[in-house]
Amino acid sequence: MNDILLRHRQIPNLDQFPIYRQNGGFEAFKRALTSMQPDEVTDLVKASGLRGRGGAGFPTGMKWSFIDKNVFPHYVVVNADESEPGTFKDREIMESNPFQFLEGVMLCAYAVRANEAYIYLRGEFWQLAAELDKHIEYLEREGLLGEKLFGTDYSLRLYTHLGAGAYICGEETALLESLEGKLGQPRLRPPFPPSFGLYGKPTIVNNVETLANVPMILEKGADWFRGFGTEKSPGTKVFSLSGNVAKPGNYELPLGTTFRELIFEHGGGIPNGRSIKAIMPAGASSSLIVADEKALDTPMDYESVPSVGAMLGSASVIVVDDSVNMAWLINKTMHFFQHESCGKCTPCREGTFWMRHLTERIEHGQARWEDVELLNEVASNVKGKCLCALGDFSTEAVMSSIQRFRHDFEIKVLSEAPVSVDIKVSNP
Amino acid sequence: MNPLQERYSEEIAQVLSKYPADQKRSAVMPLLYIAQREHGYVSREQFAQIAEILEISATDVAEILGFYTLYHDKPEGKYRLQVCNDLPCALRGADQFLEGVCDHLGVKPGGTTQDGLVTVEAVMCLAACHRAPMFQVQSSEGIAYHEDQTVESAARLVDSWRATEVE
Repeated sequence: MNDILLRHRQIPNLDQFPIYRQNGGFEAFKRALTSMQPDEVTDLVKASGLRGRGGAGFPTGMKWSFIDKNVFPHYVVVNADESEPGTFKDREIMESNPFQFLEGVMLCAYAVRANEAYIYLRGEFWQLAAELDKHIEYLEREGLLGEKLFGTDYSLRLYTHLGAGAYICGEETALLESLEGKLGQPRLRPPFPPSFGLYGKPTIVNNVETLANVPMILEKGADWFRGFGTEKSPGTKVFSLSGNVAKPGNYELPLGTTFRELIFEHGGGIPNGRSIKAIMPAGASSSLIVADEKALDTPMDYESVPSVGAMLGSASVIVVDDSVNMAWLINKTMHFFQHESCGKCTPCREGTFWMRHLTERIEHGQARWEDVELLNEVASNVKGKCLCALGDFSTEAVMSSIQRFRHDFEIKVLSEAPVSVDIKVSNP
Repeated sequence: MNPLQERYSEEIAQVLSKYPADQKRSAVMPLLYIAQREHGYVSREQFAQIAEILEISATDVAEILGFYTLYHDKPEGKYRLQVCNDLPCALRGADQFLEGVCDHLGVKPGGTTQDGLVTVEAVMCLAACHRAPMFQVQSSEGIAYHEDQTVESAARLVDSWRATEVE
């Protein structure tokens, strides 16, 4: 199939401006500005059926159409705060296919009538931010960014902004707070960013992968895009494959590809003679699913993955082999969520701490069965009661692993008599 | 003009130009990076200097520093070797790698070598799960990724820093 997002794998040196131009780069942007109204661009993206690739899968064109047209200025903010364990797709797109990404940002900005766009990158992407700054300067010199572009009245500036190591800033309202120079803590919603976003102004927040699709949709049309994937989930998706798999990496495949094809055909299967035990389809925030025949043959799209008790989310597929005990695994994920809880709402702040305390005890053979039940109860009390999705995410691996891999907990709890419960968990 | 502003006036002006004139506070994170560059941490005096430039309180600046993990408020190793040992990396041996690096350098996670050169830290996900074991190095040069690592390759890197120090 033709790659859309990882085209650099087919076109050498696509990260160089002349090569990108030779391959049709920025023609879509020029055509949009000179022959299309902003709403026509939005309508085309709407017709393509593109859904947000950051995790929630919300229809992109529809989100753009929500922008408040009575209040200005408008902003576009790119969520490039990729921080979920298991996710590493946006980094490859921005490093290897940067101009397609930037053109996507520019098209989005034009469509929603924004004259300024901020690319919020996680602080660890220090070198990448410097590269993007160079590309942006180049585009300014080439007359693709700046004032009165292509002789029109439209002006556009792009800026990068580095975060500094906080997973919560991937949540769109926390990201906006952080960009405003405040603690990266989520806002109460509504109002949503298209009416009240950056600096209180209408703002569209989109993920890197989402925007990188847009130039090709403009170039080849909505029907072409709908030729990939499924009816409700058109297009391709970059699946980040990691964990106990022979060939981890990014694989761009149509939405609807099965787990089996991704893991065994593209990923080379399970190494070291082991067999597959579980799959996390959406990174650390995912439910664990038992890797049985039914699950392996499930299409990876937004509608099908829930049928096996999980969500597709950001499609960061973590493979777990049969050497892994799930009590160890949930302790790992809980370590992450406890560390990354921003502390703003009580259920998440206290719940993740408490759950970590219990997973640590279970992992070290210092728990009783009642502690496993208590862990499940705490998780069920956190779920659905938090200000943002991080709290919910922290419960997914916990509840699903206790439900689906009960034996692993029995091994930890019943085979090792509690000797001490003096495990201290502190914020690192 | 305070010492930070004097020293980096051009760069600070460039940072401020990214944000609306009435939203100077947005520059607090970039300014913290600038302040941290030379010594690897932000001093109390620098909190006040950043606050003065942005017309916010020093407490606001300190609060930001405390919230985000890439800022530091005390001197530690010249190089911060930050190993990701979250779940996907751990499934590819990151815990053993971290232990191996610590043993080699004679420190525990979070500790600094006796010569003050290297602080080894376990950190949260670095978006490089497919190339684990991996770590990033935070230093005055910024942040650099080192992927598909072994204890030996990490040791060679540390040796190269030590050689540079001797020169």
